[in-house]
Amino acid sequence: MRRVDPFPYLLLVPALLLVGVIAAWPLIETFRLSFTDASMKQTQEYVGFANYAKFFQRDFWPILGRTLVWTSLSVSLKLVMGLIGAVLLNAAVPGRALFRILIMPPWVVPVAVGCFMWAWMYNGQFGMISGLGQRFGVFSGPFEFLAYKQAAFISTVVTDVWIGTPLVSLYLLAAMQTIPKDLYEAAWTDGAGRLYRFRRVTLPLLMPSITTMALLSTIWTFNSFEIIWILTEGGPRGSTTTMIIDTYRTAISRFRYGEGAARAVMILICLMVLSAIYLALLNRLTRKGRAK
Amino acid sequence: MINRYRWWELVLIYAGMALFLTFMLAPFIEAFMVSLRPLNEVFRIPYRFIAEGMSLANYHQIWISQPMLGRWIINSFGIALAVTVLSMMCSIPAAYAIARFKFKLRDGLLSVFLAVSMVGAAVLIIPLYKLMLALGLLNTYAAMIIPGAAFTVPTGIFLMRSYFMRIPAELEEAAYVDGASRLYTMRRVILPIAAPGMVVVAITTFITAYAQQFLFALTFNSKNHLNPLPVGLYQFFGHQEVRWNELMAASIVGVLPVLVLYVFLQRYIVAGLTAGAVKE
Repeated sequence: MRRVDPFPYLLLVPALLLVGVIAAWPLIETFRLSFTDASMKQTQEYVGFANYAKFFQRDFWPILGRTLVWTSLSVSLKLVMGLIGAVLLNAAVPGRALFRILIMPPWVVPVAVGCFMWAWMYNGQFGMISGLGQRFGVFSGPFEFLAYKQAAFISTVVTDVWIGTPLVSLYLLAAMQTIPKDLYEAAWTDGAGRLYRFRRVTLPLLMPSITTMALLSTIWTFNSFEIIWILTEGGPRGSTTTMIIDTYRTAISRFRYGEGAARAVMILICLMVLSAIYLALLNRLTRKGRAK
Repeated sequence: MINRYRWWELVLIYAGMALFLTFMLAPFIEAFMVSLRPLNEVFRIPYRFIAEGMSLANYHQIWISQPMLGRWIINSFGIALAVTVLSMMCSIPAAYAIARFKFKLRDGLLSVFLAVSMVGAAVLIIPLYKLMLALGLLNTYAAMIIPGAAFTVPTGIFLMRSYFMRIPAELEEAAYVDGASRLYTMRRVILPIAAPGMVVVAITTFITAYAQQFLFALTFNSKNHLNPLPVGLYQFFGHQEVRWNELMAASIVGVLPVLVLYVFLQRYIVAGLTAGAVKE
């Protein structure tokens, strides 16, 4: 019999202990709770699929739809803005180093504090956007961004894009800088213009990084809690209630642990689908990379 | 030459940068302007970017009206630092094991960590709350530190793993030939070489931990003097009548230390953030 080498396992103990207790066990416990009527009271009973049935009857589809629209809108804006940012960062002009420092603050400062600042910007009576909009005739009167359904939805997306864009820019810049210089020089010698080089050299070679970032960003955005909670708490009239917000409100604000857990399980299923797509794409990309 | 720009291209680039920065910095600039206004100028119509009677008075007033402010900022730094230390203590040995040793379950474990990094903390909040309750950790720093660290460990492992994989294995083999034990080799040969990478990961973890300390503190803590800054300010934000000028002054005070830290360390932070991009 081959002896099992204990050394690598010993090195893994602290990480496994921490991640196991704080993430893996709660994951299993969420599944268990979702089949019970757990709440503030001491006893809890098995209720089968009642929590799921209730969720599906009432508000599952609108919330799922809203979450998907919120996530895809935010992620696509982050990717477009991030790509523009990366191109600007990559331009060999004076002042580029300063530009790199100045685009990062939204990512560096506490998310919640960034949201307080945005809450003021969105204030209808006295805030900057409404105020300047009135002065330049865009709005005829005070416009309270967080009080109307669609405006609130867009506003939370804008704040999410503001926080997420710097990281996407940096990541895509790093990927851009690994593209061999001679490819550009070859294209340049052949008389290719800047735009043509971007379309035919940069963009195709950047595709794996853009895909990776798109999927990671989708997962992070899907899980986004703080921004919506601070700006609107899911309102007005549920217009910004995504799956995460709905789960938190059910479980923590209303103390319905069982029902909340069922909602959390639905989120986990969505995340599993997303991760499966991510892993499949990653595998395909690395295999393609090796084949070359 | 290839990189020479025509004048209109330069105009386009700088205009693009200016637009981009306007979006990124407008909330900070506006927050700073509001923090200088007296209260009657905050609630004044029509809106004026530069108001009358601007002064630093609010920066004095916040320490009186929010006596806990200093404590919240210290808490924020303390919690982020503890999260970083705990996270590094767990992720460094794990990353080394995964990068260097072949063993059963290795790929499986990597997938588990990957999966964990995809589950948002808010999804697991119910069992976490019950766990904190059962362990008697509600209303302690530990309730904000331990979960905070757990959710940064997977990223730490991925980043550190790529640093360890770049170190040639011959170094360890040479040490073994000289009769060094594996623990000694790891501590005296490998970790010093990986030190720059570890610093980068630690700084990135710290900034992340400082930026994202809201959910756990909001849910697991109700003791005001233990709150980190974001939750401390959130209470003053939740009131019917928000004193926006003071809230913005306190926000500026709260973000200043981490912004200064960022400016000094940005080279390392950028390296940490982009390490994955180059390797993938």
